[in-house]
Amino acid sequence: MKFIVCIKQVPSTNEVRLDPVTHAIIRDGRQSVINPFDLYAVELGAQLRDRMGGTLTALSMGIPATERLLRECISRGADDAVLMTDRAFAGSDTLATSYAISLGVNAVGGADLILCGKMAVDGDTAQIGPELARTLGIHHVTDVAEVMDITEKDITVRKVTETGSFVEKVAFPAVITVVKDIVMPRLPSISGVRKSLDAPFKTFSAAEANADTARTGFNGSPTSVVKTFTPEGRTEAAPVEGTPADQAAFLLKAVKEVR
Amino acid sequence: MGKIVVDVNKCLGCGACVKVCTLGAIRVEADPAAKNKLGKIAKIDTGLCSLCSTCISGCKFGAISMDFGEGPALTDYHGVFVFCEMTDGEFAPVAYELLGKGRELADQLQTKLSAVFVYAGDGAAAEKMGRKLISYGADRAVVIPCEKKAENLEENYADAICELVNAEKPEILLFGATMFGRSLAPRVAAGLRTGLTADCTVLAIDEETGLLQQTRPAFGGNLMATIVCPRHRPQMATVRPGIMKALAPDASRKGEVVTAATGAKAISGLELLEVVKAEKTESIKDAKIIIDCGRGVGSKKNLKLVKELCEKLGTAYGCSRPLVDTGLCEYPHQVGQTGCTVAPDLLICLGVSGAIQHLAGITNAKKIIAVNNDPDAPIFAAAHYKVVADCMDVVKEMLAQL
Repeated sequence: MKFIVCIKQVPSTNEVRLDPVTHAIIRDGRQSVINPFDLYAVELGAQLRDRMGGTLTALSMGIPATERLLRECISRGADDAVLMTDRAFAGSDTLATSYAISLGVNAVGGADLILCGKMAVDGDTAQIGPELARTLGIHHVTDVAEVMDITEKDITVRKVTETGSFVEKVAFPAVITVVKDIVMPRLPSISGVRKSLDAPFKTFSAAEANADTARTGFNGSPTSVVKTFTPEGRTEAAPVEGTPADQAAFLLKAVKEVR
Repeated sequence: MGKIVVDVNKCLGCGACVKVCTLGAIRVEADPAAKNKLGKIAKIDTGLCSLCSTCISGCKFGAISMDFGEGPALTDYHGVFVFCEMTDGEFAPVAYELLGKGRELADQLQTKLSAVFVYAGDGAAAEKMGRKLISYGADRAVVIPCEKKAENLEENYADAICELVNAEKPEILLFGATMFGRSLAPRVAAGLRTGLTADCTVLAIDEETGLLQQTRPAFGGNLMATIVCPRHRPQMATVRPGIMKALAPDASRKGEVVTAATGAKAISGLELLEVVKAEKTESIKDAKIIIDCGRGVGSKKNLKLVKELCEKLGTAYGCSRPLVDTGLCEYPHQVGQTGCTVAPDLLICLGVSGAIQHLAGITNAKKIIAVNNDPDAPIFAAAHYKVVADCMDVVKEMLAQL
């Protein structure tokens, strides 16, 4: 069976800082990591591949430096990796990103199951999974918390909902997005890291992937950001002085007022 | 599909637009056609321009505008559509909130508000449900009939909604940012090949361009972004539940309930085998008062004291991620970006340093009192009251005073 896991390069969130003057996010690229939610998808993909046989390909769209993170996916269990990288992909919103990723899926000859993290921690949109599925014209299930069964033809999953969960059976090919803690991601092993250094890694430019450039990057992105700003700051916190006893009394009074 | 144009009669060659353009798509160049002292005009590089319209509002002299051209006129699209999600035969609260906001947007655009819902019940029941949506502000309700076995599967709904949109051409289409809505809306957007903005908290109409300005938090709420969809229709957004205000229902409101020509059919290869209802457990999401523990609480022994305090005060307890990672607390109590977003009336933060991922989960708290022994802890920037003290001293005092 063929499995693909999609990953995104995100800034290491502990390092996210805002420039106090411009309010722009300071990104210096060095600390970028695999989106934490995607690590669960990588691990699940590796486990399903081990169970069913076949291959797991890690796929991303991004700058050439994303290669490092794709090789990290190999050290965490993927067999090979593909990167969609081209100036023509720059400035993609979720629709254009889904299109570029769909080209990557087709470039490697498709897959039975495509796994994604539930969302990326920088954009928080959670849109790529469903948009990718619709662009490829295949099924999707979001927020998967458990794989209950998998056969050559289909997969049965439990997805979380606001009121509990749904058990859904979906035929391949399909996209699933997974929530945190569905599996425990393995740490890269020494042999895995060694393997990742010479594992097959391919890049595709827009032209190599036969992209319709009206659908990539800025051209292919219906949405654009017109303004970014930091949320309104509160007025400065009022200090509560006194001994711990006074401060405790203040806290108890606050609790009483709300209750 | 339209382009940004510069009026040579109004352009002063000042270059203000060059500064606001984030894409570097504008240059000010000498041009004999210029009607100003500098002899220069702003030139738009259409290859780089994303039609974001920032320069339109950035020009003080009204020299820049959007030329929609003769293309497949965006002006063919009219009306505001709201998708009204149902759970267990009732509309989700966010459906009414969206109708409240949709009413405001439709009035501003002087157009109609349609409430769309997918329903497996019979005609009379659908009519009754549709009336309800009209009483909450819709001008009309559109029922998409649904096969019983197609219910609750977003893929089955998506194709029917795309067909309805292609037939009726609304300019705006809104969904609730519920788990269902956030799976359905992107599937619809990709089907229509239009833009979709996730989890918006503010929606407004730009007075000059008539575009829907969609504002949403990014980076876990540390940055707000305003997004537009200038060239594609409908302009789509999912809207965070609990933010927009529903109107008071008015049964005397007039409007018709119509049945869509399309229907939601069960697509093969997709089956809902079981619906599991979670037992109603007390979630910190709904708690009125939360005592939120950070690394400053430190040990198992101290945590026991805090839990005792919570029990005595009848409050919920939350924690930051390090406490879950070290096994001191359970994940359902984790507050923050990868845990729960909470909105209590009162949040007491004990020894929480205030990492931005944690702050992302508490921005909706009405009152925040932070206790920390470090007067420069970032948590104080988010708090309303600042208690500089060892949090365990304060906890022990509170227990003593009870």
